[in-house]
Amino acid sequence: MESAILKTENLSAFFGSQCVIKSVNLEFPKNNVTAIMGPSGCGKTTLIRCMNRMHELVPGASTSGKILLNDEDLNAINPILVRRKVGMVFQRPNPFPTMSIYDNVIAGYKLNGIRKKRAEFDRIVEESLKKAALWDEVKNTLHRKGTFLSGGQQQRLCIARALAMNPEAILLDEPTSALDPKATSLIEELIGELEKSITIIIVTHNTAQAARISEYTAFMYLGEMVEFGNTEKLFTVPKHKKTEEYLTGKFG
Amino acid sequence: MVDNGVSFRIFKDNLFKWSLVLVSFLATVPLFLILFYVAKNGISSFSWTFITHLPKPPGEAGGGILNGIVGTLLLIGWSSLLSIPLGITLGLYLSEFREGFFSYWVRLCIDVLQGTPSVVIGIVAYAWIVITMGGFSLFSGGVALSLIMVPMIVKATEETLKLIPSALKEASLALGVSYSKTIFKVIIPSGLSGIVTGILLGVARVAGETAPLLFTAFGNPFVNWNPLKPVSALPILIFNYASSPFPEWHQLAWGASLFLVTIVLLLNAVSRVVIRKWKVQF
Amino acid sequence: MFYRSVWNPVSGDFGAFPFIVGTLFTAFLALAFCTPFALAISLLLGEYWRGTTWSGILQTLIEVPAGIPSVIYGFWGLFLVVPLIRSLESKLHVAPYGVGIFTASVILSIMIIPYAASLMIETIKLVPYDLKEAAYSLGATRVEVIRNVVLPYARSGVFAGILLALGRALGETMAVTMVIGNSNFIPKSIFAPANTMASIIANEFTEASDPLHLSSLIEVGVLLFFLTMVINMIGKAIIRRTVSGAYG
Repeated sequence: MESAILKTENLSAFFGSQCVIKSVNLEFPKNNVTAIMGPSGCGKTTLIRCMNRMHELVPGASTSGKILLNDEDLNAINPILVRRKVGMVFQRPNPFPTMSIYDNVIAGYKLNGIRKKRAEFDRIVEESLKKAALWDEVKNTLHRKGTFLSGGQQQRLCIARALAMNPEAILLDEPTSALDPKATSLIEELIGELEKSITIIIVTHNTAQAARISEYTAFMYLGEMVEFGNTEKLFTVPKHKKTEEYLTGKFG
Repeated sequence: MVDNGVSFRIFKDNLFKWSLVLVSFLATVPLFLILFYVAKNGISSFSWTFITHLPKPPGEAGGGILNGIVGTLLLIGWSSLLSIPLGITLGLYLSEFREGFFSYWVRLCIDVLQGTPSVVIGIVAYAWIVITMGGFSLFSGGVALSLIMVPMIVKATEETLKLIPSALKEASLALGVSYSKTIFKVIIPSGLSGIVTGILLGVARVAGETAPLLFTAFGNPFVNWNPLKPVSALPILIFNYASSPFPEWHQLAWGASLFLVTIVLLLNAVSRVVIRKWKVQF
Repeated sequence: MFYRSVWNPVSGDFGAFPFIVGTLFTAFLALAFCTPFALAISLLLGEYWRGTTWSGILQTLIEVPAGIPSVIYGFWGLFLVVPLIRSLESKLHVAPYGVGIFTASVILSIMIIPYAASLMIETIKLVPYDLKEAAYSLGATRVEVIRNVVLPYARSGVFAGILLALGRALGETMAVTMVIGNSNFIPKSIFAPANTMASIIANEFTEASDPLHLSSLIEVGVLLFFLTMVINMIGKAIIRRTVSGAYG
């Protein structure tokens, strides 16, 4: 397995006193796609929300254990810095409705008051939109509002927005569940390209999607990490009974 | 085949409906009467002198309502200054922290304030400010009006911000933007149309208020900019002149009424346009 | 102080009973006048014309009066309604003051129609469609459905609307002050001049040099405050229960 830049060590997460993630140890290989799958309520969304410190925004939520990015414990540094290093794309596309496409892409910089020369921003916008496979479609309408795009385009805009911050890893929370099949396959293609330069973690409840796009898969059940391994091997010869039952649709 | 019983019921049904229509439109007649008479009587007062001169003593024709116009503008200014920051902040707080001890009390106070008759608010402002300052003043009038404006702005802000999906906040936070910046640069701009509407409607309401001003701003036959001294306002003028026995003053009151009604209706119309044009779609 | 019925600043008597009577008399009379109109409007906007262009027009025509300042209602009332009432009173062989409880109630009722109607409209809209459908499928006409299904269901909301309008009417000052006739005695008839708690404060507050006078006026204000607060709270509690019932 290639070296992992992102690891969790005994990571547990709580809502109040209720434990929703139990002591998870995972290593996410660099420049690969790792899928996290499992039935509803298994804790997969909570897991990735811990990774960019969004989990703690819920009142009463807490975590224990470590999250290491390049051997630096993310739980010990300012959450705002964490979120600049680890980007996130959500289930429903959420471009900022008051901003143009151009401004949406560099929103991470603008909102933080980070100034750059106009030419620099132009370059970032073009690069990010190209990486998100959206450049050709919007290059002439960069100053229109983001909400005029279709669902699939909006989601690619959100991906561009996350990429513009140059994160080391990007977390995708069921990014295609609100999209039609055509848009979904476009984004899956895009992920295939992106993983060459960035580590991708994707939560999905669509096992077929996990099989299509990931190199590694983690299966979670009731807050515990049941199995982790190479996708092909996990899907064909799962080691755990629960994994096999999930894959064969005994529960969903 | 329709038998007699049924056709009677159908007849009753239609009769009912048309009587509803009649009654409803009857209820709208006073509006037209008021607007018509105010316009008819007030238009003859309108002239450049009217807007730029002070009122003349009773018995002399002519004069203007400059003291009222400036006074109303100053009062609106002071009231907005006091109520907008506070109102938006409280509205923001209530939309972010819906549960909780503090929220409950703030909400309760705002509700009580909203339901308080304006004359009672005038008494409160009198007790707090006029007595402390030892006299009537523009400032006390501003305070009284801000007590009326604050609940309106709080409610408008809270309602607008509640409608903004939390996904927006999350998107911003996930980019590593701090909480305060998220609020000021993402959430509030998205809710701006609702907040501005609340402010416009608050101003429209407060421009027409009389009772609280009677014992705070009190009135002044001259223009006054000094916040520590009494000031006039259009509603005060209308009240005083309408109740006086002098026909010249009545004429001024009609003109002032036309002026005031136009401003208030204009503000209401603008706020509707704001809501439609600025409203952010999600 | 609240039961004594003589209010005479000169003699130092400050019984506020006449104003309590005046306030309640005008407010309830205004409610009685406005309810049929508010109900008619809310049935049209909540039932018959729901979602049509006519409803937009009627809605605007009802909302605009709510924005007109009360001093302008008073001014218009003083110069246009009072003479009308005066001629009515001479036809009825009653003292033709023109001003008085009746006039104040008429003006007040015009002012509170928007408040009563807006809440009633909302509750009528909340009546579930399948309930009405069941009645229609049994062959009921529209008015029968309204009488037997819509109104009973919306009853508490309609009541809350009336209560909230009452709260508004109790506190209304300027329009009432200008047309009520300013008499400090208990009004003996519907056409008699009177004063309400709000109007006595508006009239005498700035001229009250005697501290007892002033504090009596402030006490009247406090009473008015509590009265409106109680009415408003009851109204809001009813609304909260109706809304949670509709969605629960």
